[in-house]
Amino acid sequence: MTFSPELEARFAKMIANYPPGRQKGALIPMLLYAQDEVGAVTDEVIDEIGRRLKVSRVEIEEVLGYYTMLAREPRGKHHLQICTNISCMLTGGEELFEHACRKLGVGNKGKTPDGQFSIEEVECLGACSWAPAMQVNYDFYYHMTPEKLDQLIDSLRKLQ
Amino acid sequence: MTLLAPPHPLEKRVLLRRFPEPRTEPVWIDEYLRTGGYEGLRKALSMEPEQIVDEVKKSALRGRGGAGFPTGMKWGFVDRKSPKPKYVVVNADEGEPGTCKDRILMGYDPHRLIEGVLIGGRAIGACRGWVYIRGEYREYIDIVDRAIEEAYARGYLGSNVLGSGWEFHLATHTGAGSYECGEETALLESLEGKRGNPRLKPPFPATSGAFQCPTIVNNVETFCAVPDIILNGGEWYASLGTPKNGGTRLVCLSGHIARPGVYEVPLGMNMLAILNEIGGGVWKGRKLKAVIPGGSSSPVLKAEECDIPADYDSLARIGSMLGSGATVVLDETADMAKVLARLMKFYAHESCGWCIPCREGTTWLKKISARLEEGVGSERDLATIDQISQNMLGRTFCPLGDAAAMPAMAIVRKFRDEILEKLGRAEAFAPVPGAQPLVVL
Repeated sequence: MTFSPELEARFAKMIANYPPGRQKGALIPMLLYAQDEVGAVTDEVIDEIGRRLKVSRVEIEEVLGYYTMLAREPRGKHHLQICTNISCMLTGGEELFEHACRKLGVGNKGKTPDGQFSIEEVECLGACSWAPAMQVNYDFYYHMTPEKLDQLIDSLRKLQ
Repeated sequence: MTLLAPPHPLEKRVLLRRFPEPRTEPVWIDEYLRTGGYEGLRKALSMEPEQIVDEVKKSALRGRGGAGFPTGMKWGFVDRKSPKPKYVVVNADEGEPGTCKDRILMGYDPHRLIEGVLIGGRAIGACRGWVYIRGEYREYIDIVDRAIEEAYARGYLGSNVLGSGWEFHLATHTGAGSYECGEETALLESLEGKRGNPRLKPPFPATSGAFQCPTIVNNVETFCAVPDIILNGGEWYASLGTPKNGGTRLVCLSGHIARPGVYEVPLGMNMLAILNEIGGGVWKGRKLKAVIPGGSSSPVLKAEECDIPADYDSLARIGSMLGSGATVVLDETADMAKVLARLMKFYAHESCGWCIPCREGTTWLKKISARLEEGVGSERDLATIDQISQNMLGRTFCPLGDAAAMPAMAIVRKFRDEILEKLGRAEAFAPVPGAQPLVVL
């Protein structure tokens, strides 16, 4: 399979970052950046990256079972990750998460039928001083409230 | 929006000295150089590696990632004469609940981190380094990537650092969602393209780290302190804090506090002063119930325990930890059974499953504390939590088991009455008037 020229350039640079013979080090970054472009770690992605890094399929499956950000199936176009850990919990993170589930009619790790939104309850996002916090894909949103979440979802819907 | 807080008069800004005003843009290389950037590196290049390590030892800088290990000592463990290549790894896998400081340093002053890494690399004779950044922080990975490119373009990184003949390369490496990878040996496994399971120690990374070569692994904030230590001397840095607890540190205030934010304070500043003066006190005019002083792994303090100097040794003396500087405030309305249950859910989710006391222990702690949260547990559950926790302590490959056990024990011991009251059992188990103890004949 082929990746975009930008991603190919990134991969070439990444692989050079590890000592000779230790290119497997690039595995997890390559899987994540490939997922960002392709939408999921598909069989093709596994085969292609495995071939380039000389890593067996089972070694890649091991890694996929461990890291929570890596996904075999595509998530929603807008993946809502809502933190409910301690600092967010104390300031309304759980209510925010429940509100998002009700609004979109899906549960934890669920996806709307149109594929636009998915929701995940996540552990600490490292945004504790600006809690409750959440991410949509890689974008952070701080000091969230159910009202702000409604506005955010509405504005994301308009992007379609 | 900016994540920088305006400086409070009681703060002492060293790491954050470039931010007298909140701003949104990072300090890129030209501004960094205009404000004294890379001067520490220039000085370090004129010093012997041993002198660099000695200065850091004198500074009493301790690891800001959580364990508080003396940095100079850690660097001193590396055998510079080893024929193997030596590596530097930055732990930027910020994930300890309550902690949100490394993102400030990477996001606003990325060259400070690069300069600190270069000085650390010089001290141990390293040829290469990685900044291991959690995957969710793509925003900061992009910033550090750009700063690294700038540093290469100006000759601060590359095959001949500032014409000294020393070759040093640096790159970012993204994680992909794992709290456990913040543990240094799990992080090294992850760097090598594997599951983040911890390694048995010894050997420690200083002997056998990344790709089985001598490696130093330090937190972002630790490296960020190094340029000023080299520039102004270890004694100057040490004098900012308390004995054996040198310098300043970032404190992340969160939870039920009036002015949450990331501030820089001298080591040893009174915890109540930090909370009341800088943090503005408990929010909504409520009373303080408890404080988690150093991230979710640190044993909780009751309100009356908080009148202490906030440094590594003072907190250790009362059975807690300064940890990663993450201070979570709980007001009088906080439900401690719920706090316990949420934290145990976290540790059970993040346990890598590699060793049994942690895998089984965190799972049982989660299940039992969930019962307590729902108010359907029994008094015996408190004793069971205590016992499971004691059986985990010190019996796991890495500190994740301890990190779950310590706060669990602290909560069930210090807030026993509150949890029992929630169960509605407190009265049922009160002493019965006139009852005599049974005597076995």
